Amino acid sequence: MKHMTRKATRHVNQNEGLIFEKSSPGKAAWKLAPLDVPEVDTKELLGSAERKDLGNMPEVSEIEIIRHFTRLSTWNYAIDLGMYPLGSCTMKYNPRVNEAVSRLDGIANAHPYQPEKTSQGALRIIKTLSDCLLEITGMDAITLQPAAGAHGELTGLLLVRAYHDAQGSSRKKVLIPDSAHGTNPATAAMVGYAVENLKSSAQGMVDIGALEAQMNEDVAALMLTNPNTLGVFEQDIHKIAELLHAKGGLLYMDGANMNALVGKVRPGDFGVDVMHLNLHKTFSTPHGGGGPGSGPVAIKKQLEPFLPKPVLISKPDGTLGFDYERPQSIGRVRSFYGNFGMFVRALAYILANGPDGLRQTTEDAVLNANYIRKGLEGTYDLPYSIPSMHEVVFSDKIQARKGARTMDLAKRVIDYGFHPYTTAFPLIVPGAMMIEPTESESKEELDLFLEAMRSIAQEVEEDAELVKTAPHSTRVSRLDETAAARKPVLRWKPTP
Amino acid sequence: MSYPADFKYTKEHEWIKPDGGTATIGITTYAQDSLGDIVFVELPKPGTELSAGKTFGSVESVKAVSDLYAPASGTVTEVNADLNTHPEKINKDAHGSWMVKIKLKDAGELNSLLSAADYEKFVAEEGGH
Amino acid sequence: MRYLPKSPADREAMLKTIGARSIDDLFAPIPPEYRLNRDLKIPRQMAESEIVDWFRERSRENGDGYATFLGAGAYYHYRPVIIDSLISRGEFLTAYTPYQAEISQGTLQSIFEFQTMISELTGMEVANASMYDGSTAAAEAVMMAVRLTGRRSVVVARSVHPEYRQVLSTYAFHQGMPLATVPFKDNGRIDFKELEAAITSDTACVLVQSPNFFGTIEDVEAIGELAHSKGAMLVVAIAEAISLGIVAPPKAADIIAMEAQSFGVPLGFGGPYCGVIATREAYVRQMPGRLVGQTTDRNGKRGFVLTLATREQHIRREKATSNICTNQALIALMANIFMTVYGKVGLKELAKQNLAKTAYAAQQFAKHGKVLFSGAPRFNEFVVQTTEDPYAINARILGHKIVGGLPLKKFYPELGNASVWCCTELTSRSIIDTAVGHVADSERSVRSAQQEEPAEEVTR
Repeated sequence: MKHMTRKATRHVNQNEGLIFEKSSPGKAAWKLAPLDVPEVDTKELLGSAERKDLGNMPEVSEIEIIRHFTRLSTWNYAIDLGMYPLGSCTMKYNPRVNEAVSRLDGIANAHPYQPEKTSQGALRIIKTLSDCLLEITGMDAITLQPAAGAHGELTGLLLVRAYHDAQGSSRKKVLIPDSAHGTNPATAAMVGYAVENLKSSAQGMVDIGALEAQMNEDVAALMLTNPNTLGVFEQDIHKIAELLHAKGGLLYMDGANMNALVGKVRPGDFGVDVMHLNLHKTFSTPHGGGGPGSGPVAIKKQLEPFLPKPVLISKPDGTLGFDYERPQSIGRVRSFYGNFGMFVRALAYILANGPDGLRQTTEDAVLNANYIRKGLEGTYDLPYSIPSMHEVVFSDKIQARKGARTMDLAKRVIDYGFHPYTTAFPLIVPGAMMIEPTESESKEELDLFLEAMRSIAQEVEEDAELVKTAPHSTRVSRLDETAAARKPVLRWKPTP
Repeated sequence: MSYPADFKYTKEHEWIKPDGGTATIGITTYAQDSLGDIVFVELPKPGTELSAGKTFGSVESVKAVSDLYAPASGTVTEVNADLNTHPEKINKDAHGSWMVKIKLKDAGELNSLLSAADYEKFVAEEGGH
Repeated sequence: MRYLPKSPADREAMLKTIGARSIDDLFAPIPPEYRLNRDLKIPRQMAESEIVDWFRERSRENGDGYATFLGAGAYYHYRPVIIDSLISRGEFLTAYTPYQAEISQGTLQSIFEFQTMISELTGMEVANASMYDGSTAAAEAVMMAVRLTGRRSVVVARSVHPEYRQVLSTYAFHQGMPLATVPFKDNGRIDFKELEAAITSDTACVLVQSPNFFGTIEDVEAIGELAHSKGAMLVVAIAEAISLGIVAPPKAADIIAMEAQSFGVPLGFGGPYCGVIATREAYVRQMPGRLVGQTTDRNGKRGFVLTLATREQHIRREKATSNICTNQALIALMANIFMTVYGKVGLKELAKQNLAKTAYAAQQFAKHGKVLFSGAPRFNEFVVQTTEDPYAINARILGHKIVGGLPLKKFYPELGNASVWCCTELTSRSIIDTAVGHVADSERSVRSAQQEEPAEEVTR
């Protein structure tokens, strides 16, 4: 490395093949208790439905499995190792007490169909979390059923659709800003809406003039992320809401960036009609390599009749239960009641914070993003200079002159011991570098990141090739994605 | 880049090579270059009716999808199946890698398309943004 | 706040660097009239010990330590201890989607192994990295069949998990996809005559579940033949993954939508679980969800990447195969470790134990009550019909810390006082005998009450 980094040092890590390559007949990591009922003749019971062979399933011992997955784990970067500034993903610390309480016997082993009488603890968790989330968002009612953010969007738009249908006005379009996440248009299409693109203004916000021109009685909703994907608070939010409501449209808020708002401002207070939250972003449930998430949908009163079934209710005797008699409900969006284990974790996080902790968390998240912004302004191009909330978007404009693009810079960030920022998103910024530090980073960690980013910018000037061929310190170098897509190899097969 | 003079071009970067009442269609060198390594091509089945200006398929690179727009109306008579297994041929020789052959509905439609010189000027301007 | 790594001095110094007088300056973009100038009305900040106590209390209210006969889409199997020790490693737990392949090889390789094992077990050529759960996987599989066939309507067996059907109808309604439901026969399997009549030239696919909601194994080959002869696809939902250890995989299926919860995932009051879609290679570009593929790096070394991403929402936006982004990766890792632990031999032996326990229980129940659908093979669930209301019987059994089978009245009123019971390797013989004893008592007392009844009428 040209400029040594203080963050990371290389050290030996283990090689490990695929588990199938370790398999050999007779090895086993399992042992069943003796059967206390008579053995059965499977052929007699199942006939032609009997399975004879499990093909290439592995046969390995327990120690091999422990080593296998432990070795694989060491090839991953993670929040537990350091700053993970993926913009729009809110990679914050995942508290361990969340994990501990989710594994308590009566919580981990609760069957979704067990009698209501022996489900009061689970129902109380759902109720308490619902109440907290309603207070945090300023909304009137909530469903926790959606399994992830995009699933929440689907649920939210189904509610929008059901609402308009009930008004006797079936609308055909959803407006989506060009800075939005891809899930927004994909969701609108799944609900049967035509997607109409809304251009951003020169400041990177909703263009009020464009909205006025495009808003009419055929628009069901505007899907708005606030703060938007540039990390900017939509200052004209009241005007946006007014424009929509005047023509009978609804304001949908994608809550991906709620980490900038909790305890400081409530979407329900600024005109939002329906929104989803991401418990795996704002409320600290672990991302787990891509999931699970949880995407509660909070709504205003007028949408309540359409909530997915079942709806949690308090009974006259003080116990909790589910109401299935919801004639106007959009139906179910998932089996059972959603990703309950994530509710447990999110609630543990809220309890650990309290009102003061949540507010301080939001303030620190915004403080960290602005500190990064200040530290890199001038070194990297800042395409939109309006104030940042919890994340900041730079571009590779300066470095691109030397041929180093956002992905190259990101790959070089890896060599400095950090996870890269989000590359090439939002789409309205060519060569975007979207940085969200979250509140979980100390000043020391942020300073190390700034040092790394400045050093990379200097490397681009001195030796762009070094950056363009990064990473240089990982166990694999850049992988051939083209070959992977042209001739997909999606599973292991034994060599004949 | 050189653009064959006997081809006509669209602003969406398709080329069309007329041959009597039929024509072959592909994408330009400029298009393949801006897409990068092409990994997949989705083409219509023979017999499909194309209408000028409307999409008829797509080309994919690892991280982008680009719709194909019909330069002219007509019926697909043949599809270049070789591209299913060897999409990289488009990167190597875009003007030699036809995608579909069509029976033209109205050869007059081609008059409104760009000539090689006009197209070259068009991409020079577009690339200069 | 104990999760925040800053001292007041750090905050001061950072504000100074930024050039802000106070933190409020940074929130200036929010119009003042909307700012919250009070504390949120949520519980006060708690110590870790208080949090643990609070949840312990909830855990107790949930009634821990009960034996259960509940299945119906959520199964109580033993979870090897190493699952939690491995998935608790921060490098798995606190990583995100492996977009940066060079520092995500652990997650990527494990997903590749997951895809391989799911393909192997389902008999399909490819499997994705996970969907939310079995119900949404089934709905997405159906939509995939709609795209592949260019047809719009769907035929669903009534013996598919009722909540899967409900989810499907939610998804289908706004896509304008007509749904037809086909009844089951008295052996618990789909009614073939009705099925044949239901499939039209607009039918994109037939959706069945096997083993179905009653535990009955469908004749998937024959259903597939019928569907294919009419140009429709066959989508098979599998809710009980352990069945794949001893039940032949549905080879006739074009798409399989599976719930992998049984593979080492805690019941957790219904989630998070792990859906998966498996299919044939030819259909992979219409598949929703993430896929990991094998490739090489610049030095020719084997490595793994997310691939065929152009199907997905972040690239194709409104034209994507699905809107799914976040999936169930960590849960898929649980399933992956479970499959690795049991492997080729263990999974079969485990499934056999489930089969044996269930055969024993069904036999015992049949001595005192009516066991329905005995004309076709079943895996680890069966339906018992009683004279008395099953809720009443269950209430008595609950007193013995046993949760009885799921009463079916809510979903299948036509079956009257029927419940679906499930036995796994964890259901002991003594628990089975106790439950059977209570059902036998109920039957006896109802019978003797019935004999007394006419006499009473006379005296009145």
